[in-house]
Amino acid sequence: MMKSKADEEDFWNSSKCKPFTFDDEDDEFSKLKESKQTVKNIRPLVDEDEDEDDVEKISWSGEPVGSISWSVRETAASSQRTEREPAFPKINTDTPAISRSLSGYSLSALFKGGTAQSDSSVRLYAPELRKPKSEYKDIVSDWSPEHTVQRMQQGKVVHLEKFRSLQDKLLLLDFAVSAHDGNVITAVLIYLKRTLSKEVLFRELESRQTALRHFIHYLTETRDQRLLLELLRSRTSPLLQYKEHLSIADENKRRDFLKSCLSLPFSPEDSAHVQDHYTLLERQIIIEATDRHAERGGKVEIFQKFPRRASILNMPLITTLYYCCFYHYHESEGTYSSPLNIRQTFRISDKQYFVTALAARAKLKAWSDVDALFTSRNWLGFTRKKSPLSFQRVVDILHRNSAPTQVLQEYVGLVDDSDLRISLAQKHKCHDIVINTYRDLKDRQLLLGYLSKVERGSAEAGKINQLLSNQQIRWRN
Amino acid sequence: MSPLDRIANVSILKQHEVDKLYKVEYKPVMSTSEQLCFLIRPRIQTVKWICDVVNADKTAGKCRRYKLIFTPQKFYACEAVLEEEGIFGDVSTDEWTFNLLPLDEDILSLELPEFFQDYFLAGDQRWVRTAGTALHLLHSLYGPFSKVYGIGRCSKMVYELWREQVEEGEQKAHQAEIGKVFLIDRDVDFVTPLCSQVVYEGLVDDIFRIKCGCVEFGPDVTSSDKSVKVMLNSQDKVFNEIRNEHFSNVFGFLSQKARNLQTAYDKRRGMDIKQIKAFVSEELKGLKQEHRQLSLHIGASESIMKKKTKQDFQELLKTEHSLLEGFEIRECISFIEEHMNRQVSMIESLRLLCLLSITENGLLPKDYRSLKAQYLQSYGVDHLFTFVSLRQLGLLVEQQPGDTLTVMESKVGKLVNDKTAGKLTDAFSSLAKKSNFRALSRKLSLVPKSDEEYDLRVPRDMAYIFSGAYIPLSCKLIEQVLERDSWTGLEEVTRLLNGHEFAAAGSSGADLSEKNDAQRIILVMFLGGCTFSEISALRFLGRERGYRFIVVTTAITNSSRLLEALLDNHV
Repeated sequence: MMKSKADEEDFWNSSKCKPFTFDDEDDEFSKLKESKQTVKNIRPLVDEDEDEDDVEKISWSGEPVGSISWSVRETAASSQRTEREPAFPKINTDTPAISRSLSGYSLSALFKGGTAQSDSSVRLYAPELRKPKSEYKDIVSDWSPEHTVQRMQQGKVVHLEKFRSLQDKLLLLDFAVSAHDGNVITAVLIYLKRTLSKEVLFRELESRQTALRHFIHYLTETRDQRLLLELLRSRTSPLLQYKEHLSIADENKRRDFLKSCLSLPFSPEDSAHVQDHYTLLERQIIIEATDRHAERGGKVEIFQKFPRRASILNMPLITTLYYCCFYHYHESEGTYSSPLNIRQTFRISDKQYFVTALAARAKLKAWSDVDALFTSRNWLGFTRKKSPLSFQRVVDILHRNSAPTQVLQEYVGLVDDSDLRISLAQKHKCHDIVINTYRDLKDRQLLLGYLSKVERGSAEAGKINQLLSNQQIRWRN
Repeated sequence: MSPLDRIANVSILKQHEVDKLYKVEYKPVMSTSEQLCFLIRPRIQTVKWICDVVNADKTAGKCRRYKLIFTPQKFYACEAVLEEEGIFGDVSTDEWTFNLLPLDEDILSLELPEFFQDYFLAGDQRWVRTAGTALHLLHSLYGPFSKVYGIGRCSKMVYELWREQVEEGEQKAHQAEIGKVFLIDRDVDFVTPLCSQVVYEGLVDDIFRIKCGCVEFGPDVTSSDKSVKVMLNSQDKVFNEIRNEHFSNVFGFLSQKARNLQTAYDKRRGMDIKQIKAFVSEELKGLKQEHRQLSLHIGASESIMKKKTKQDFQELLKTEHSLLEGFEIRECISFIEEHMNRQVSMIESLRLLCLLSITENGLLPKDYRSLKAQYLQSYGVDHLFTFVSLRQLGLLVEQQPGDTLTVMESKVGKLVNDKTAGKLTDAFSSLAKKSNFRALSRKLSLVPKSDEEYDLRVPRDMAYIFSGAYIPLSCKLIEQVLERDSWTGLEEVTRLLNGHEFAAAGSSGADLSEKNDAQRIILVMFLGGCTFSEISALRFLGRERGYRFIVVTTAITNSSRLLEALLDNHV
């Protein structure tokens, strides 16, 4: 397959090869006309013939208005009519249009496995042609729902319009359901949709869950939003209506639409989410307008230094918070874009706020802001570092934002678990912490071992040597 | 790579005078060709696009011939669209019953990823017959089957539709090549596909996405500026030896292999002309190929390592294992929260939430609300729909007080006439499906005791595919049923799995004697997709018990595909 790479490119890019035709155009059409004419001439004969037998048959070949005839065999527009003449097998050989289209080079032949022309035409047409009259009759006479469903499953032609009473229609549906064939279930539902009022159909579907789910899926796929909303009135429809906002591109229109959704009967929980969505978009529109203006004005330093990569419109709440922590961190609580205001309005938890603010300030390398985030003062006025997040995670976030070792060191030191602390310290090369921890553990061997990991003659090495020669420490080993 | 690529490449199509290839999408076809041939899956949306093309041509007075080939079959609903759009008769239609694509010696795929959302999410049974037909095809080629087992509503239907086709068709007596068949619905076991894969083939699928048995390795793997597409199957000797291995063994294996290769190359030193000639003609080609494969898999392993260390894979696995064990759940919840708060991949977050819900048999209402709110805040309120889908599938649910189901059932029961009553309760039991994972895990000992050392080099059971932390439920069920040759003794298990199990004697004329080799060949059909990890587990089981498993699946799946299907549904 690799070899054909060049071929492939050539193929996709250019159109060098000749347009592919089944046949010379004029020839083709004249032949087609010819065959059509032949067919036309034949029809009256057939109709007469059938009239004697059974009135029903007219509809089979004559197709009354509004009929749904399913034909699953190869049905080229031209061949369709010829195919329907079971009494005149000669026609097939008289219609070159058909046999041409099945030549070895045609696509259909390719997809039939490239068999020779005679083979595929036999396979396709022979069953129809050989169909004895008795079977023909059989189709017409056996209209039991069960039989019809069976025929549909096999892809054979059926006449659904025979099922006119509600009882018959429902029997048909129930047989389709018990046959487990979704294709047939949907086909019957399409027919019921056309021939029953929606009130009756909905009422009957209520007690037929399988059919109902097929119908919902069919309406979803055909985007019959109106009918779908009616059908689902009491179920998930507020959500479905709310979902429409996705197709509104203009942010102001979208906001107005969301506002109109607020009165829909959501569950209390979802109602709060939709309310938040509306409030958020409203706010994003204001922030976006102000910031775009500020950015264009070129006077606000932060927008010059860190140009905005995308608009904030339609971003999730946490992204918006991050954005505000990045561009509007020190604003007073009164403004729409102040992180504190957002935190309050949307009831953002400590942890969420903390993680987001930390990431944003670390990205800006505003280490003093980072420091301030952790600092809390107790009633004696002592400061200490507190975090709703494990310090291990804090170190990770800082490290990802390429914090310098001095900054990392401070937080690594706050990790409680000594094993974890050491492994983090080693990973981030916070030598002081490693050395101090070993000293506290009075572990001379480990300390000695660590000497080889620090640079010779560095301050750390000096510190280790100093400790090792300290006579006052009672080493454990 | 698409299924079509596996059977016909561009040059074959060109030989058949195809002028140009297009992807079917919502835009006009700019072509001078007089014939357009559309090869499509039977989807309403696709047919509508084609109708637009045809109608646009009509308006422009362009006269063309159109052929629609539906694969694997035509649906009435698609034809109804042709009829509605007024082009029925203007286009000719055909079916290409392309049911099974062999991905490897032991994997056959229907390549129908949409089977999962169509059946399990929308409740649409359009593909059930397709699956039955695929089974019928295998049966007519390799049957008669001696026994058929199954679990799940869909499996039951596929079984019945297959049966029907067997009865309709003519019986051809021939030597059976497949003994037993096991059908299983994906929703019997959602835990397994939601776990991170750590067996090589599964990992490659999770990270690089294998499509139709083919993977595209980017520049970071090939260590050049080009990407290469590689077929991953048993033909690739290096891959074949590592595909089922736990990732921790792969490095050792690859370096051993590299040393062997070096030795083989070194042999040529000190050879005389004749020997060199023999070497070049006999060995060199094989060695070169092996060299190429080896360097690719080494590159892939490196890239996997890099990606995994970056995202704290170790900690992620630890959380998963805790969830499977039901241990330190609060810590797990807070890990998931942090994951969401930091806006790490939304699929990963969703995956962990679902694992939490299934293993815990639903979330406490308080937790459910808070986690859902945080998810929406981090990834957007639009995901309200995702939560509806997840609830529908039973992947992410609130714990209900025990009596809710019965109240609902009795209420609905009154509305229903007798005939459909049975079916309706069926439908409801699947809606209100409980996972019961913890009880199942105990009953089937799915989670090995954590205090025991697990040597991944010498796996003792199928748990090795998840680092010794969990035996995949799906594969364990298959093992148990095959061992007993029935569901007897598993009544409690099937009750916890909401029933729908069955066992049936196969068609007449099957040779039941255990001596018959065909009886060791087991066909396992996954309805709704299976993962590479599950295939690895079955290969292991086969080696242990002397079976050979052939896996038939509607598609290869993994956690991302499974969850993305639920997001797509609403966009």
